[in-house]
Parts: sequence; structure tokens; C-alpha cells
Amino acid sequence: MTDTTTQTAVTSRYEMVVGLEVHVQLRTRTKLFCNCSAQFGEPPNRNTCPVCLALPGSLPVLNEAAVELASRAALALGAKVQEESIFARKNYFYPDLPKGYQISQFDKPLATEGSLIIGEQANGSAIRIGITRVHMEEDAGKSIHDRFAAATAIDLNRAGVPLIEIVSEPDIRSSAEAGSYLRLLRQLLEYVDVSDLNMEEGSLRVDANISIRERGATKLGTKTEVKNMNSFSGVERALDAEFARQAAILDAHGRVEQQTLLWDADRGTVRPARTKEGSHDYRYFPDPDLPPLRLTKDWIERIRGRLPELPDARRRRFANEYRLSAYDVDVLTASPRVSEYFESVARAHGDSKAAANWVMGEVLAALKNAGLTIERFVVRPADLAKLLDMVRDGAVSHTAAKRIFALMTQSGDRPEQIAEREGLAQVGDETQLATWVDEVITAQSAEWQRYVGGEKKLLGVFVGAVMKKSGGRADPKKVNQLLAARASG
Amino acid sequence: MSTAALSVAELARRHAEGTAAPTDAVEQAFARATEVRAGADGLNAILAHDREAALGDATQVAQLHREGNRPGPLAGVPVVVKDNLATLTMPTTCGSRVLEGYVSPYEATVVSRLRSAGAIVVAKTNMDEFAMGSSNENSAYGPARNPLDPTRVPGGSSGGSAACVASGIVRVALGSETGGSVRQPAAFCGVVGVKPTYGRVSRYGLVAFASSLDQVGVFGRTVDDAAIGLAAIAGRDRFDSTSADVPVDDYRSLATESLTGVVIGRPREYFPESLDPRVRERCDATLDSLRHLGATVRDVSLPHTDLAIPTYYIIAPAEASSNLARFDGVRYGPRAQTPALREMYERTRSNGFGPEVTRRILLGTYVLSAGYYEAYYKKAQEVRGLIATDFRRVFDSGVHVLFTPTAPTPAFPLGSRSDPYEMYLSDIFTVTANLAGIPAMSVPVGRVDRLPIGGQVMAKHFDELTMFRVAYAIERALGEDAHQ
Repeated sequence: MTDTTTQTAVTSRYEMVVGLEVHVQLRTRTKLFCNCSAQFGEPPNRNTCPVCLALPGSLPVLNEAAVELASRAALALGAKVQEESIFARKNYFYPDLPKGYQISQFDKPLATEGSLIIGEQANGSAIRIGITRVHMEEDAGKSIHDRFAAATAIDLNRAGVPLIEIVSEPDIRSSAEAGSYLRLLRQLLEYVDVSDLNMEEGSLRVDANISIRERGATKLGTKTEVKNMNSFSGVERALDAEFARQAAILDAHGRVEQQTLLWDADRGTVRPARTKEGSHDYRYFPDPDLPPLRLTKDWIERIRGRLPELPDARRRRFANEYRLSAYDVDVLTASPRVSEYFESVARAHGDSKAAANWVMGEVLAALKNAGLTIERFVVRPADLAKLLDMVRDGAVSHTAAKRIFALMTQSGDRPEQIAEREGLAQVGDETQLATWVDEVITAQSAEWQRYVGGEKKLLGVFVGAVMKKSGGRADPKKVNQLLAARASG
Repeated sequence: MSTAALSVAELARRHAEGTAAPTDAVEQAFARATEVRAGADGLNAILAHDREAALGDATQVAQLHREGNRPGPLAGVPVVVKDNLATLTMPTTCGSRVLEGYVSPYEATVVSRLRSAGAIVVAKTNMDEFAMGSSNENSAYGPARNPLDPTRVPGGSSGGSAACVASGIVRVALGSETGGSVRQPAAFCGVVGVKPTYGRVSRYGLVAFASSLDQVGVFGRTVDDAAIGLAAIAGRDRFDSTSADVPVDDYRSLATESLTGVVIGRPREYFPESLDPRVRERCDATLDSLRHLGATVRDVSLPHTDLAIPTYYIIAPAEASSNLARFDGVRYGPRAQTPALREMYERTRSNGFGPEVTRRILLGTYVLSAGYYEAYYKKAQEVRGLIATDFRRVFDSGVHVLFTPTAPTPAFPLGSRSDPYEMYLSDIFTVTANLAGIPAMSVPVGRVDRLPIGGQVMAKHFDELTMFRVAYAIERALGEDAHQ
């Protein structure tokens, strides 16, 4: 029996119940409670001060920019931003946690009761994943165990960098749903521009709580927490692995133990964490150094008013306004910058289908080849629109346009300049075209007689020959017309 | 003659005029410290001093005046600060082994403010370890002694600062309060001690004991010395989110006012049957003097007073257990040399903290633990609310200030209180002001067997002005009787 069939059998018997905790680093200039730079990649311990080093006597002062970004994210998730939230201390000892506690939010978080729609059920109803809470907290530093022999190095550059933790309800029922949730969450956060969302740099981290139960059961099973996934596909694989592990335990009439597990991506398995995280008592209490965070209704509404168009709304609008297929809409709205790029091209050029085809085809391929994001793309939307205008107006052939585009991606030059410089302007001049047509007819007179005699499929041969003679510049429409005229004349 | 014979106002005036030199004042402070043996061989009031830096600062103050800069209210006045306030040149140990040799790379806001007011910081003073104690006997560097009777304690936790003022080394000193740690040693040493309203003074650079109770306080030889000291450090600081944006009054402005129209409450819970009759007598005599100055004295009740000590000993240790977690040997202070992380923590902290600090960390950890939080910490916060309400009710009823004994007894002999609970009771009249966040101060009201007794004036939030008005009046009314 293969793994896949085992999986299917298990899946038909049990279902997984998953809640995700997503930590997102906010893209503030400075840390959450001090003026140190929050920049990634500085030399170790460069971005530190008495506050984030927890020197005796130092005190935290809340960064208001972080509150604004956190609130933006919460509002984008449809969550209720609270007029009063409280910072609490989460107490535990670890060398990269300078104060011996992390300032977080506990029983009064910044926002509660949001949701994210991740797709549709077979019956057409929305699959909605509830968001329990969005809270703010500071990051810890980094312990580096592999740099020095028999010693651990501590880098506190990250200590105090602002995070939000987005906690979902246990509404996720499959690894695929978990993947959709994470991809759509990342997309949403990219739209509201609150984070760099870079999993390699740790600005987006995912922990999963998973339990399983027999299909149809309503009671929740014992959950485990799975950590250490460094990609979304890693999360999906880890959930499947943990699902299978728990199912095997239940099938053997065993009991799932509540514990923290680490995903080992190389082996494709989970293993228990060294410390028993579940046994920690964090002794939360309100941080007496920070007054309650009070936000007025007006302030919250101002932040809401400044939210950009969110992915759902943009998808709907693109479908209506540009008459695009569902697939095209999804590709074009996947990233906010790409969608804005498309929209600029479509508006300047007018033919949204042509704009969509070019952006989804040539533009995305060029970005992929160059390993670039669209922010750094040298081809300006107005120039691409101009190129599409030239194609529509017959000033360049489609083939030439691709060539011109390739040159635009290298130089950033304008399409007219390139067409002229490279001699790629389409030839529509009747005299020149007639000369080429006549030369081809003369050179292939036998075939021409067969064509005139009724063998219509030979037309393509003549068009191709003329195009070749012109170096691809002849206007194919006019060539067709000329050949037809010669045949009938 | 020691410059400490001159009031702060007078000394600063002479320095501003150029008729006295700040370097002389500093030299005299060090001379007096030597004379009274304030160091480890005598009073043990001073843990660190930096003569060169102090003289350098004094020279600079004089230089700034010559260059036409406006002299500050503490121009060239020598001061000492408690060893839990971060200073740049001298170590900041908090009276603990865990911070032995630690020198802060930044300066506490209050120290910066004192210095910009012209003060010269000459020494760091002894204290109970991390400000946990009422006798200074919990210092890892040995107890400070009471200058009026070296067999007795100076009080605590700011015992070293009180002793420095009482022995004439300086006229002004900074201490800190969490539950009476300025007022009680002020009472024991016969000087003035002020705990301002919570939020009146920045805590940035004050090594935290219990953040919701901690407040920097001021000692003065006289009420006026203390008023000048407090004015120099008071006011909002953007580095302390709990400091308040409330205008700072001129605390000296009502120094000579009569007390006509002032209503003074005498809370019965602060004069219990068990109170030392000599303490009661001195306090009631003081109230009589205040009546003569035009005040009305009214009996009032603060019914939740008896809950203050248990409430305090839940909240303060809870916050302390968290605040003291950073002393782990990782970034500063001595580190136990052992390869295993957990053992490094345990040994660093076991070696670094004394028994009282260890007791409070354990107590605080316990009351915050899952399953106990509701019963202890949360409950204590509720009771704290009741205690604050007691004060609000009394002040709302038209009472301007309250007058009580500062401590139930005069200074007790070194080593006489071995039971921690008995020691905790010496703060019974002072912890309430910390729990309620109101300002309170102790002024000398006389002596019993040559030992000073302090009277406590408490006022409503941010009404230090009225508190000082009454304190000035007490000082004026009692005159030399305050020290006899």
C-alpha cells in the first residue's frame, strides 16, 4: 500500500482541527519600546540601547507607529480594535530575553473577532476562518549556538522589534486550508503594507495547534503545538505528518499527549521539543511600566478610513471593470504592486485583455527571470502601454513587440526609441510590400500557380516568405491583402 | 564650619554670587564624611564616591557661572544619591552582590536633572538590597548606622542617604520609596523625607523594585532644602510612560503662610492603642501647634488601613519577582562559571541575591503563579483600590492633609528585628501612601530618649504644595523642639 492510499484511508476516518498562530514583524523604523533601529541584518548587537538590553533602571515607551500598523492589520482582518488594551509581562528565563519577560498582550489584546474567507465549500458557502485575536508584542533576541565552539552567542538586534500575533480559531480542517489561509493572510498583510513578510528573515513565523477527531465527532481531541516550519508548504507537510502521527496513536487505542513538537523539514517528521513548553507558567500580569493603551473611536475610524482596497474588493472590481476571467483576476491581484501595475497599463492603453495578457505573460516572466520584484522593474507602466498601443496601431508586429519589450527590460528605454534604433518598426508602405510580394511570387512561381489554381492552403507559405524577406517587419495583414489581390488580379 | 550648616538656598546663592566656591563645598562634604567616618569603617552610609569627578563638576559649575550661564537652584550644592539610581562614573549596585562593580552607561533622569540644576553628586549611598528592607541591614555591603546612635539602624531602605543628611555631609539627598523607604529613615534620622505623588518624578534610571509603587524621593535637612530638591527633579519625562504631565508648583511659595482654613485629618487607624505612647504624645503635641497656626484638626477614618501591609507584601514582591529577572548574569554583573545554562542562572542568582530579596522573589513568583494569581495578586489589586478610595473619600470630605506618625517606633537597635514580619510592621503607616499613589512626607517632630520621631503629612494626588505648606508650618511651629 502506498503512502497516498494510507493517507486517504486515514483522512476518510479522521479530520484535523487546526488553529494557527502567525507572528508578523511590523515594518517600523524603530523598535516597539525604544528608539533603536529595527533594521534586519546589522552587525550583532549594533541596534541596542539601555532599554532593549534591559539595563537596570531602563523603562519602555510605546512606539505609536507600531500601534498604527498593528491596528491597520487588525482592521483589514475585520477585527474589532479595542479602545483599551493592556500590555502584560510574559515571564520566563532565556538568555536572548533580556528582561526575563516579554512584553506582550494577554487578557486584553489590541483586537478581537476578525475573520478571513479562504474559499468556498462545494455548496457555494464561504469557508470563513475566525480570527480570535490580534495582539502586539516585542520580539526576543537570537541565540546563536553554532558560531562558537562550546558557547552560545546572543544577538539582541531583534530584541524589542514589534510583532503582531494573529491567532486563528480552530476552524481549519485540512493542510490545504491551512495553506490557503496563510497565503491569503500574507496577501492581505501585503496589501495593507504592515510588514516585509519575509519568512527567511523571520518577519513571518507560523506555529500550528492541531488535534484530530473522528469525522462527525464534535468534541475536540488533545492538541499538540507544532513549531519550526519555515515555509507555507512546510506548514502543510508538518500538519499532514502530525495528523498521520496522531491518527496512528488513536488507531492503536493510544492517547495523544499534549506537547510541543518541532518540524524537521529534512526528515519530514515532527519530534518533541527539548523543553516542555506546555509546562511553562508564564505568570502573566499587567506591565506596571506601561499605562493601558487607549485608542479613541475617532482614531480607530481614521485608521480604517486609510485602509487601501483589500484583495477581495480588488478581485471583484477587476472582474467587473476589466471583464477578466477568474484565473486572470487571481494572478493579477496576487500582489498589490502587480495589480497596480496592471491597472496603470490597462488604463493608459485601453484594452484590458491585452494589458492582462502582457502583464501575466511577459512581465511576470521577465521578473521571474531577473529575480526581481515589480517595485524594481525598469519598464514603466506607461511605456508598456505605449508598446501595446504600437501593436494595436500596427506600428510594430507582435513578434517585434516581444523583441522591443525584451530590450526595454534591459535598458528601461522607451519603446518608440527602441523600435526606431533597432529598425523594428512595422513596414506598411505599399510600394515596399509590393516589391517583396512580387519577388516572392517570382522566386516560387510554380507554387504560386498552384495557389492561384485553388490550393488555398499555400497562402501561409507566401506570407511566411514575405515576412522572412522583411526581417519580420512587414505588416502581415497587408501582406495577406496584397497576395489576395495578386491572385485575383 | 561645614557648608552643610548653610541651607541649600543660601549656599546656592553664595555660589551664584561668587562669594563661595563650589569646589570648597565639595571638599567640605568629603571632609565631613571623613570626620563622621561615613564610609565602611564607620556609619557605612556611603558605598561609592568619586572625588575627582565631583571636583571636576564643581569647577565646571563655577566656570559656567563665570561665562554668564544662569546658576541653577542647586548651584554647586553637594548631594548624595541612593545606590539604585543610575550614575555614570560611580557603580550602581543597589546594595547587591548581583550588581557588584556594575557601572551604568546612562544616567537616571533625576540625576541629570539635579546636575543641570547645579548640584554636584559626590557619593552613592548604602541601602537595603534592591530597596527591600526597613533598616538597611539587608545591604550586601553591611548595614549603615544611625548617626545619632550608631548602635541603631538608620531605617531603610534609603538609610545611607538619610544618614548622610543627618550627619551633615550634605543638605540634600535622593532616596527611593516603594513602601516608606524615604520617610521612615528620615524619621529615624531626624531629617525631612519626601515621597512625591506617583508619576510626579521620573523613574527612568531608578532600578525597579515594584514599578507601580516605586518613586524617587528627596531628603532635606530642612523642609526648604527638600522643597528645592524636589522642584529640581519633578516633572514629566518622556522616557517614563508613567510620569505625569502635570505642572510643577513652586513648593516654596507657601513657606510662611499661616494654616488658616487648612483642615488636617487625624486618621484614627494611625493612632492605635498599641502605639508607643511617646510617639503618640509627640504627634498630638504637633497637632496642637498646628491648631495654634490656624489649622482645623478633624478626626477621620481610613477603614482599610489594616489591609495595607498584606496588600503591599503581595503586590510589591509580585512586581519584584519580574523586575529582578533581568539579573541573570548574561549581560552584566558577576556570572557563575558553569557550562549548563540552568545551573548558571541558579548559581548566579543564588550567589547574587541576599535572603530577603530571595524571599520576596519566591513570594512574588508564588502569588503570580497559575491558580494563585486570582486569589492573591488580583485580590490585592482590588484591596489596593479600596485603600485608595479611603483616601479619596477623606480628601473629598474637605480634609486638605492628613497627619500621622511616620513610624510606630523610633530607630531600633541593629539586629533587634530578626522576624521579617515584625520588620514589615515598621512600614505600617507609610505603605498606604505608596499603594494609593499620594504624596507624603516626614518631618521631625521631636525626640524620645534622644531618638528622633517623625510626623507624616499626606496630601491628595499632585498636591505637594499644600503638603509642603503644612510641613513648613510644623517646622516653624516646633522650632528647636523638633530636634529635642
